[in-house]
Amino acid sequence: MSFDPVFTLGTIAAAALIGLGVSNAIDGATPSRSRVPAAVAELVALAPGSLENPQPGEFLRDNHPVPAPVAKETIDTPLEIMKFQVTASDYDRCVSDGACKPADSRLVGNVPATGVSFLDAQAYANWLSAKTGETWRLPTNVEWAYAASERFRADIEGGDGDPADPARRWLTQYRTEAALGRKADPEPRPLGAFGINSKGVADIAGNVWEWTSTCYAHVTMTSDGVASSLTNCGVHVVEGFHRTYMSNFIRDGKSGGCAVGTPPDNLGFRLVHERGGFLQAALRRLGFT
Amino acid sequence: MLTRREALLGSVLTAAAVAAIGSAPAMAAVTDVAELPREKVTLVAPPFVHAHDQVAKGGPKIVEFTMKIEEKPMVIDADGTQLNAMTYNGSIPGPLMVVHEGDYLELTLINPDTNTLAHNIDFHAATGGLGGGALTLINPGEQVTLRFKATRSGTFVYHCAPGGAMIPWHVVSGMSGAVMVLPRDGLRDEKGKPVRYDRIYYIGENDFYIPRDEQGKFKKYDSAGDNYDDTVKVMRGLVPTHVVFNGKAGSLTGENAMKAKVGEMVLIVHSQANRDTRPHLIGGHGDFVWEHGKFGNPPAKDLETWFIRGGSAGAALYAFRQPGVYAYVNHNLIEAVELGATAHFTVDGKWDDDLMMQVEAPKAIAS
Repeated sequence: MSFDPVFTLGTIAAAALIGLGVSNAIDGATPSRSRVPAAVAELVALAPGSLENPQPGEFLRDNHPVPAPVAKETIDTPLEIMKFQVTASDYDRCVSDGACKPADSRLVGNVPATGVSFLDAQAYANWLSAKTGETWRLPTNVEWAYAASERFRADIEGGDGDPADPARRWLTQYRTEAALGRKADPEPRPLGAFGINSKGVADIAGNVWEWTSTCYAHVTMTSDGVASSLTNCGVHVVEGFHRTYMSNFIRDGKSGGCAVGTPPDNLGFRLVHERGGFLQAALRRLGFT
Repeated sequence: MLTRREALLGSVLTAAAVAAIGSAPAMAAVTDVAELPREKVTLVAPPFVHAHDQVAKGGPKIVEFTMKIEEKPMVIDADGTQLNAMTYNGSIPGPLMVVHEGDYLELTLINPDTNTLAHNIDFHAATGGLGGGALTLINPGEQVTLRFKATRSGTFVYHCAPGGAMIPWHVVSGMSGAVMVLPRDGLRDEKGKPVRYDRIYYIGENDFYIPRDEQGKFKKYDSAGDNYDDTVKVMRGLVPTHVVFNGKAGSLTGENAMKAKVGEMVLIVHSQANRDTRPHLIGGHGDFVWEHGKFGNPPAKDLETWFIRGGSAGAALYAFRQPGVYAYVNHNLIEAVELGATAHFTVDGKWDDDLMMQVEAPKAIAS
């Protein structure tokens, strides 16, 4: 669904109008030019547990789209995740260090860093890991969903496809999203503005959608399981008020190819802190995982 | 060189124009028109169109409309960018007015004293008097009534034209709309066979030129007058910041997507008062398209994209054949996707495998 040109066009809004470009994203008034080490982000430690996760991607059975199968997932070890999204001022430290590109958003201070792509988020995680000697990384879709808890929505489903009428699913999905009545809400708010969920995690499903490390997948199913799966890691799962899929270089979700109706207002991220030593982190960055 | 016949016709038209403003020598003509039946129409906001007959019942009549000009801030995109809008009847575009060829369109235009600027109206469907612009200039606190004869059929733009530099500024602030003059016996296909529509939508496309501050953010102004200097600078660059349907990016999507059913004939009237555009229905066509909008010409058939010249309105008739979600765009796709010119149709009905089917769903390339 996510790359259907009809829907893609639909998400446009005036989107890229705020495309300020990289060069002028940070003006002279930016306060933090300092080489302050990264602030220690506030973490929430979540006890192990399980969740029902409608899997990300597109699913086909007998040649027609079906709702994503719901997987029972478990989080086996305690999950340490940032309570808040990475802030503009934290991100700016990475920019000052020359390890991150200036974000598209001009906001500074205690607001989420927005106007950042998957690549930017990864650059920040690598920088923070190097800075702290610990492992910081984007959450997987499952980890994010677990932390999001009751605020996790997943994809807006078109329901069971009618093999004889593909349009029915398109219309259902379009109308379901339209009926949610969510209005565009482009201005990021100070941390905590969207409240804390039952797991103590802040600002889930507000107006900043978050990058995950899970790749987009195209899955063909049979009645007894997965027949084949093709992943495309040029596109990652983005979670928030609803789930969507964005190309890695997209910084403004409004023009990035969301499925139907309301596109993400902003793209940001929060990181998972991985228990384990620096060596492990270094190995991971080198690809020995 | 004027022929004798043209000269005569010209003089008749001049007389009629004089009559319209109530000058003594042509009282007879006024009396004749005054005896015609009258119909009062309440306008509705686009994309909808007031109820009307496709084939005229009876002879010519005077169709009365009233529009109030409203100057007010309007939001034109999802980011909350504000236009100090000038509007006919509170909407961008102004409402579509439908009459039949030979009818008289009589408009009472009101400029309430809450407004700050002088306005008027230039009807491309009208003859003489700068399209009525010369006879309708009103200050805040005034109203005026203009009558013109709909002498030729088609879709025509109307817009504000209060003189000089005010003209483009008022137009790109939202002051345009359209008139549809139907042939008395309705629309006909290229062979002269009558065609009817089950639904009609009116899409007005606007190009906006919103100034930015030093940081590149769109500026907000207290009133229209405050933005004039900055806006004209952007206008002179000829690169719009927004190109939108129905006054706002996304205004005809989601809950407000236009609706239709498979098999229904839908007439889409599309106007652009200032700038060329090229409507395209993704996954559909134009069965019969009056690209220039003028029904005296046979419609073009089976178009993929049609061209609407800046300062004109066109009409496309299409019977949806397949259900689903359709995007109706300005097929300069940068304008559609980045600047806002996209609308949606949701179409209910039965899918036709004969027209399209996915023979094989996506799968790994066979090795």
